[in-house]
Amino acid sequence: MPSLGADMEAGTLVEWLKKPGERVARGDIIAVVETQKGAIEIEVFEPGTIETFLAEPGQKLAVGTVMAFIRGEGERAAAPVVAPILPAPAPGSSGAPARAKPAPIVQPVPAAGAVRASPAARRRATELGIDLAKLSGSGPAGAITLADVEASAKAGRAGPREAMRQVIGAAMARSKREIPHYYLGDTIDLEPALEWLEAENLKRSVPERMLYSVLLLKAVALALNGYPEFNGFWIDDGFRPSARVHLGVAVSLRQGGLIAPAIHDADRLALPELMASLRDLVRRARSGGLRSSELSDPTITVTSLGEQGTESLFPVIYPPQVAIVGFGTVAARPWVVAGAVVARRLVSSSLAADHRVSDGHRGARFLSAVGRLLQEPQTL
Amino acid sequence: MTDEELRKLVLSALASVVPELEEATLVADKSFRDQLDIDSVDFLNYVIALHEALKIDIPEADDPQLSTLNGAVAYLGRRLKQQAPTP
Repeated sequence: MPSLGADMEAGTLVEWLKKPGERVARGDIIAVVETQKGAIEIEVFEPGTIETFLAEPGQKLAVGTVMAFIRGEGERAAAPVVAPILPAPAPGSSGAPARAKPAPIVQPVPAAGAVRASPAARRRATELGIDLAKLSGSGPAGAITLADVEASAKAGRAGPREAMRQVIGAAMARSKREIPHYYLGDTIDLEPALEWLEAENLKRSVPERMLYSVLLLKAVALALNGYPEFNGFWIDDGFRPSARVHLGVAVSLRQGGLIAPAIHDADRLALPELMASLRDLVRRARSGGLRSSELSDPTITVTSLGEQGTESLFPVIYPPQVAIVGFGTVAARPWVVAGAVVARRLVSSSLAADHRVSDGHRGARFLSAVGRLLQEPQTL
Repeated sequence: MTDEELRKLVLSALASVVPELEEATLVADKSFRDQLDIDSVDFLNYVIALHEALKIDIPEADDPQLSTLNGAVAYLGRRLKQQAPTP
């Protein structure tokens, strides 16, 4: 069961979309899993042949649980090595011979031996069957308290809306607790970009039209190439920069809550491709059908509340990412151009970044780079 | 195409981006954005669905005319007549 977000603890297998014996390639959709963020399609990360399924539809599985064995290309059959947190096998799969050396879809998370928790929290977790290793602690030095365990149990009983709110709350609380944010703001003259876009759209058919938000996304993605300290993850007390730019796009859900799936390699996509990806991503985010990789690997997030009329915003970093960029509403305002005050369409940009990884000096340069790129939209 | 057929087509295009759409609660002369909490990406997907269903061009400048049920039916009716081949 892959982790599809910093605070995901478990998912329920809805259905398998492949059968044992079938060959699968990297990226194939093998299963659908219901999570607190909705139904997510689970992708295969290693090519091979499916040997055995270890979970059945309807089972709730902790993050890290091995769901299936896939025999890799050229691998010989072998006895399975069972992951340390593998739950009791499902009826029907108990004792099923797995002939190949196992290639778990995901790597299991570490065992819970080193978890810091109060004695009362440990007792209650045992009573409720909750794995302490999956909880975030709110006590001293991150220790898990009785209240954390009770909150986790309550989350398990919550409806979809409450569950999503709890997931968002847990991630944002962790962010505010652990990440020393700093915030910067800028104002960007969007007139050149909008004039260029309006002229472009006159030449395009309806399905080829582009929205200004795609220009903002591309400018952020390109600017990151010169500022890698904003693109990656804080894991195990260290920064791990990402060589690729997977842009998380915050999408609000009509039933409440939000989700921030990734557009992969956004810096390398031409604007029409990026637009197509954005349209597809938003549609699937709101109607179901997001893929596991889209939720698990955004390297930075971009959020915009401009359509709601918000002038500027101060976003919260989604851990383990180390930065988030926000855009406000586009509005015509007075602006000085060549010594004269003229009406221009402007947008506010903001950056929240992790002080463990970068300082305001670099953050300011990064945000300026985004604004500069938008002055030459034809280069995006 | 009659107004009723166009109305069904508009609702179908809208439902393709808002699956939870409840037709009975939709106010025909009120903005979709205000009623359904749709954003610019949803709206573009809705316009594309109309374009693909009717095979007509829709200039970006005309988008505001598609923002209500009544407005969309009236606009599409006019566009279809404009694009109808002359005998």
